[in-house]
Amino acid sequence: MPATTTAEVFDESALLAKAREGDLAAFNELVNRYSRKIYRLAKHITQNDEDAEDVLQETFLKAFEHLSSFQGQSKFYTWIVRIAVNESLMKLRKRKSDRTVPLDEPLDMGEDTVVREIAVWEDNPEQKYSREELAGILDEAVQSLKPAFRTVFVLRDIEELSTEETAEALGISVPAVKSRLLRARLQLREKLTRFFKRKGDDVFAYL
Amino acid sequence: MLTCKEFLQELSDYLDATVDVELRRRLEAHITNCPNCFVIFDTTKRTIQVYKGMQPQALPQDVEARLMKAVERKMSGKKPGASV
Repeated sequence: MPATTTAEVFDESALLAKAREGDLAAFNELVNRYSRKIYRLAKHITQNDEDAEDVLQETFLKAFEHLSSFQGQSKFYTWIVRIAVNESLMKLRKRKSDRTVPLDEPLDMGEDTVVREIAVWEDNPEQKYSREELAGILDEAVQSLKPAFRTVFVLRDIEELSTEETAEALGISVPAVKSRLLRARLQLREKLTRFFKRKGDDVFAYL
Repeated sequence: MLTCKEFLQELSDYLDATVDVELRRRLEAHITNCPNCFVIFDTTKRTIQVYKGMQPQALPQDVEARLMKAVERKMSGKKPGASV
């Protein structure tokens, strides 16, 4: 069956131009295109359904409000991610202001690169789990990271922003993004190893 | 040869293929000779892959309905970007 969508629908700049003129359908199309990713991002950062929904709504309302100031130099998606990150961080700070490490301050990196468990994974470990189980394992691992690591990992490896876009969205330096990303990846690797390692291959099997 | 600690410091950039040719060669030499670092390299790479492969789930219906309602309400109010 031929696709009902036309090239025009996929052309984001045409959609944006229409939305700027007040075309409701065009803006709705943009909302539909990105709402799931924005909600996921907000949930990962805020760790709270209610906050994530607020962030989702605020992001698209603000995007609509400021559509004329969006220059089109960055991608629309990158632009709304930046709005969503700001909204999410505000929620996070409000909720846990006295308990979290501020995102814009250097972290003591001390022991974070310590690798405790080295074990070979099964060939396709994710196939041992249902989609829901796997999503649960992956989400839980991300949620266990400190906010400063979690936000960088979510933007870089889940939402697939570049290092520079991530730095800009979080207001931190490129080296800070890189160092937090490394630690986040190593910590997640460690957590997933518990689920995915090959049976019989235990700690330090190769030492 | 690079130490394991030096290898780990560069692991992220290596996985993102943002290291220069010379460093890349030294990193490859390290994992060829160090089984532990090879396992860390391989499982970290797969950690990233498994997350990248996750598709976002559909919005809960009530969340979606409230979003569309909020957007509609906003859009019926004024033209986009027309700041007051």
